[in-house]
Amino acid sequence: MAFNSVVLAKQVPDTKNITGQAMLDDGTVNRAALPAIFNPEDLNALESALALRDRCGGTVTVMTMGPPSACEILRNSLCRGADRGILLTDRRAAASDTLATSYILSCAVRKLSDVHLVFCGRQAIDGDTAQVGPQLAEKLNFPQVTYVEEILDVSDSTLRLRRNLGDGYELVEAPTPLLITVVDTANTPRPPAARRMLKYKRARGKAELSKEATEKFGKGATADIEKYMAQRCEQLSAKGLLIEQWDLDDIEADLTWCGRSGSPTKVHRIQSVVLTGNEHKQIEPTPQAISQMVHELIEDHTIG
Amino acid sequence: MANFFTDNQDIVFLFEHLDLARSAEAMEDSYADAQHFDYAPADAAEAVEDYRRVLEMVGEVAGDFIAPRAEDIDRTGNRIENNRCVRPVGMDECLDVLGKADLMGFTLPRKYGGLNFPSIIYTMATEIVSRGDAGLMNIFGLQGIAETINAFASDEIKDEYLPKFCEGEVTGAMVLTEPDAGSDLQAVKLKATQDEKGQWWLNGVKRFITNGCGEVLLVLARSEPDRAGGLGLSLFICNFSDGVKLRRLEDKLGIHGSPTCELQFDDVPARLIGERQRGLVTYVMALMNGARVGIAAQSLGIAQAAYQVARAYGATRRQFEVAIEKLPAVADLLAESNIDIQAARAMAYEAAYHVDLENSLLKKFEAGQLPDDKALVKQMRQESRRLKRLNAMLTPMAKYICSEMCNRVSYNAIQVLGGSGYMRDYPVERHYRDARITTIYEGTSQLQVVAAVRGVMSGTAQKSFNNFAAREYEGPLAGLAEKLAGIVPVFEEAIAYVKEQSGTEYMDLHGRQIVDAAIDIYTGYLLLNQARHSDEKLTVASRYINRIVSRVKYNCELIASGDRSSLDCFETLAGPVPTE
Repeated sequence: MAFNSVVLAKQVPDTKNITGQAMLDDGTVNRAALPAIFNPEDLNALESALALRDRCGGTVTVMTMGPPSACEILRNSLCRGADRGILLTDRRAAASDTLATSYILSCAVRKLSDVHLVFCGRQAIDGDTAQVGPQLAEKLNFPQVTYVEEILDVSDSTLRLRRNLGDGYELVEAPTPLLITVVDTANTPRPPAARRMLKYKRARGKAELSKEATEKFGKGATADIEKYMAQRCEQLSAKGLLIEQWDLDDIEADLTWCGRSGSPTKVHRIQSVVLTGNEHKQIEPTPQAISQMVHELIEDHTIG
Repeated sequence: MANFFTDNQDIVFLFEHLDLARSAEAMEDSYADAQHFDYAPADAAEAVEDYRRVLEMVGEVAGDFIAPRAEDIDRTGNRIENNRCVRPVGMDECLDVLGKADLMGFTLPRKYGGLNFPSIIYTMATEIVSRGDAGLMNIFGLQGIAETINAFASDEIKDEYLPKFCEGEVTGAMVLTEPDAGSDLQAVKLKATQDEKGQWWLNGVKRFITNGCGEVLLVLARSEPDRAGGLGLSLFICNFSDGVKLRRLEDKLGIHGSPTCELQFDDVPARLIGERQRGLVTYVMALMNGARVGIAAQSLGIAQAAYQVARAYGATRRQFEVAIEKLPAVADLLAESNIDIQAARAMAYEAAYHVDLENSLLKKFEAGQLPDDKALVKQMRQESRRLKRLNAMLTPMAKYICSEMCNRVSYNAIQVLGGSGYMRDYPVERHYRDARITTIYEGTSQLQVVAAVRGVMSGTAQKSFNNFAAREYEGPLAGLAEKLAGIVPVFEEAIAYVKEQSGTEYMDLHGRQIVDAAIDIYTGYLLLNQARHSDEKLTVASRYINRIVSRVKYNCELIASGDRSSLDCFETLAGPVPTE
């Protein structure tokens, strides 16, 4: 059967390629020093969804919640083969923690009809909570399978999946509609396709156009901005290059559950941990060597 | 996270300083495609930006996807199972990715799903892919097959095959070589016979066929049994599935990812490409420019891959309490290798660039798209002839210099790594093995010299030197330009000496020195012109030009020496033929 899949993706600061000062003195992330990228495991999630579509047919919709600049990962998704991209952007959603985020995403997914599968990356590299996927499944009342490495068999309404548990694997069967979170060992994401890349390089979301217009005409020039926006939207839309954009009203979200008011998470303290150990030590698999190691660990109070 | 385009300063430099807008103009018919295809550019600036985007993607695929699979592809190789070639898993994965990324119709028209990119960009992409895996390049770089179909086949054949090439559904092979027809393709024997219904049938054996197990075969065959030589040959297209027997895969030194096949044709139905008797003389010859530049690009990729390893090793390996790059002999090996690559790349891109300009004019003539102004048409014809002569010299030069360079650079890379380089723990031994074929296939170095020497002797090289010399060079460039201009008369004297000799034997005997001298001066001018744009390039050009001046003198002395000993005293110098 053909599946309609939704992939939830996040634009994150690239914590692997740190240039300059990554953390500010107040302990927050210095976003200016970090380029924004497609959260790596979300790319694995997208690849899983695209591969399933190649296999069984259906559609792949990518949705991201974030500022206007997050359109970049939607363009990237379209270049890689996604059928549709939707930007969820709203100032009132700022400062959402995982609970508020999963609530907002659940409203957005409900807005789409006939969703069979929701794909999420296991976790984002900025927060590393791995909470949004599971919380979203609860709110949608979908069964969830986390740490998915492979979609094995597919029947009409059941998927057989392999979960990577770190120290082994587990095979599970789950009915659709279903939410899965995908790990980075699942696949190698396909590159953007050249023809799609040359087409979708021009795709823009409304939020981006509005930024573009404000830069062009200045903040006060409302009439010019509106005219420009209308013109550009029409042009892009005619070519299928206008990226869809939803706000909290479009998805009928209850504002008390969104943004700061919907976010119970409080950051107690941020500690900068500098890892100093950089060497490893190989222990021969002999009783003497193991006993020696245990002795050393007790001596430096690592255990015992 | 490696990107073989963006991490290669020299390719990026050339991308930025070549007049690619002109290449775009050559490919795009007034940008009319923009009306019909949503991925076509509307102007030259957009086209060049598109080239960059795609090269960045190719660079990422080569660095992150292809290169990590190269070792396994090399170790596993291909095997035959049920008359089919079973490729290494990594090879299948790479081809799948390249197909899905729309890269298998790089230069084909958009109406078939191609990107309609110029050869110069395809050359860059080929180099980048080859740096990832040299054997994969043989299949990625065989897009000339589809180009040949596009240039010469009927619309019916084009419509049937070209979309499949663009989608990566099929790969092809140029089925030319036979046991007794290697460098000398005029000796091809494979029979093509036509039955009373007009259907062609192929019978015979082909050997050393790169990707001969591909789905689509372009076969050179004797359609005129009474006619010996090239004019008895025509070009045919057939499917592998229609009764072709895959008899053997060669067990070879390098490029293990690329299957080299022996094929037997027993009553294989085929269709004629274009017209009878033009198979070798027109169609295969037309392929040559592209094929030569393709191998030049492959050579550059292998050389770059080997050099990267040597450069990193030189910086980190410590002996005598210093990094070995501090040792004068090693420093020189590394510097020389990197300059060697840059000089060869300058020549390869120069050739590819001019191939685009030539093809663009040819296309206009074929399509009858000529301006009304007769003087302008005359000018176009003159330009077309000029480019034809220039490319007939530049493309064999590029193939020759790049392939020889890649053997030197990979040899030196092993030398820098010493014993470690000889072991299989490092990839340089693979690069060294892969490099070795480049001076052999698509015409040996000796044949490239034969092809290039005509252009050098007929004044094409000197005309180019004059054009280069006529440009303005200021500041530090002026002194270097003077040095180059100063060496040209020495070269001309040597050429004059060769012309005085009767027949072509002496010219062929000293062909290598003649072509080497011409290439040195030509690349000297190319690097000099690159030096306009950066201080690093000025350093490279100074070093290169100062060295080649001595080398050109040395070669010219040999050329004018009158030495014929290799022919006159062959029996003595070569010694007796070994007997059992």
